[in-house]
Amino acid sequence: MPLRRRDNMLTWLVVGPFAIVLAFPFYWMLQTSLKSELDLYNTENNPFAFGEGSPTLDNYRFLFSDTQYAHWLLNTVLVGLAVVAITLAVSLPAGYALARLSGRWGQTLGVGLFLVYLVPPTLLFLPLSRVVAEVGLQDRLAALILVYPGFTIPFATWLLMGFFKSIPRELEDAAVVDGASRLRTLVWIVFPISLPGILTVVIFTFSLCVNEFIYAIAFITSSDSKVVSTGIYTELIRGDVFYWGALMAATLIPAVPLALLYNTFLDRFIAGFTGGAFR
Amino acid sequence: MPRRRRRDLLEQRRFLAPALIAPAVVFVGLLVGAPLILSVYLSLTNATAGSLTGGFVGFDNYTSQWSDPNFRTAFRNTIVFTLVANAIVVLGASVLAHFLIREFRGRWLMRFLVLLPWAAPVALSTIGFLWIFDSLFSVVNWTLKELSLVDRFNPPQWLGEPNKALAAITTVHAWRLLPFATVIMIAGLASIPKEVNDAAKVDGATGLKKLWFVTLPLQLPIATIAVLFGIVFTATDMAVVYILTRGGPFNSTQMLPMWAFQTGIQGGSLGEGAAVALFLLPVLAIVTVLMLLFARRVEVT
Repeated sequence: MPLRRRDNMLTWLVVGPFAIVLAFPFYWMLQTSLKSELDLYNTENNPFAFGEGSPTLDNYRFLFSDTQYAHWLLNTVLVGLAVVAITLAVSLPAGYALARLSGRWGQTLGVGLFLVYLVPPTLLFLPLSRVVAEVGLQDRLAALILVYPGFTIPFATWLLMGFFKSIPRELEDAAVVDGASRLRTLVWIVFPISLPGILTVVIFTFSLCVNEFIYAIAFITSSDSKVVSTGIYTELIRGDVFYWGALMAATLIPAVPLALLYNTFLDRFIAGFTGGAFR
Repeated sequence: MPRRRRRDLLEQRRFLAPALIAPAVVFVGLLVGAPLILSVYLSLTNATAGSLTGGFVGFDNYTSQWSDPNFRTAFRNTIVFTLVANAIVVLGASVLAHFLIREFRGRWLMRFLVLLPWAAPVALSTIGFLWIFDSLFSVVNWTLKELSLVDRFNPPQWLGEPNKALAAITTVHAWRLLPFATVIMIAGLASIPKEVNDAAKVDGATGLKKLWFVTLPLQLPIATIAVLFGIVFTATDMAVVYILTRGGPFNSTQMLPMWAFQTGIQGGSLGEGAAVALFLLPVLAIVTVLMLLFARRVEVT
């Protein structure tokens, strides 16, 4: 129910400061990315205002024409899409089975998966770096595509399990009574209804891949195969030469669309996350 | 008819479920289980960057690390900053969730702003903080100077002095985890049945009383889960330290993941690096089990 005027004010008074602190770095990235070199590195200038030569889009132009940024973006998207495809292929059936078909065993396995998701790359990157080198995948995107499902599958299966639990059973039973096989029911009835949930999983899985840092920095050193999360830092910061304007533009570009998607799918994410094994 | 038989087999629930789950289990076993075992093995050898095997050295890696001052610093820092960052996160998230769940005007915008740190790739937003804490052009210092709160000619070096650098790293972690914890807490609040709120109203519980006796206890299990994630994410993250300080100045902001990376990948002592990383495992395992048990117990009562 909508709030009264006074409660509205109170809410803004509490939430507002939080929002300012949490969003400030992004405002700052935007402001910095629009400044000219001259303006940016003049300590006399008020950093909150625009000075000589600002605002300008030069930093964005530089980023796309003089660096491999566009290439890293493409690499990131490629890795993300490939990992999402693998993850869905494996997690859709597993999530469904855990939600429906397997009673107590399902409970145990579900919690097990949750625990696996908590095993961090920090513990695994050293042995994996050797394995990756051994099979000749060092410096190739394939290394990331191979390794990322290790954390995306537990995560996606967990979320999907939550979504599938919320679909009424009767729907499937009706289809089975009508003569459809369990597998057909799954593909033609259950998956289509779960589409919003599946889309949520796609978005959050993709963003996990964009976020990943340790594997990307341990396995990939050639600038051709870098992804955004490592490329910007390792290539655009050279010794004492900083391209701050371009750097800030580079960090802002992936953040904004991801945040929009998060906001749109947040409620579904919550539903899936808590619909898992906690109830 | 083999085709026909296969279908029948799949129709049986006892067969179908394992068939659907098996690929996930295999993937996870190969990508998480196997490397974990390999990691334990490596930590007991003197393997170097060039090979996957080495001479068996027992617990030498662990004991030599335990007496290494850099490891000690890393271990202490990891624990301290994980605890501090998560304490800030829990407090902030409880307050924020309580208000963000209301249907106030401008909720969409506020939620968008609050979610930003979680949605942005951590390595990228940390570069933003590198700029915010810059030694010459820090906006924080500029503001403090304008307010005459710091010495104009000798401003604080946020990433150049040990304690300030630790504070900076903790800030970035708290900043980044707060939205996620808030989201989980909102989920917890949303799952409180309406009848409970109505019953509380009938019993005359309002305001703080209701918060303390009704809302908070019901929120506890899911809050525990939020803290669990927070602890695991902060204690094992390397991106923030790597980008802000690389463990410096003079290894004073060293963290276990960073130290494992420097020892194992950059220093080439694979065995020792694995040992460093594995120090985290028992700690995390105990924390996880305790918190899950706690969440479950609270839920039952």
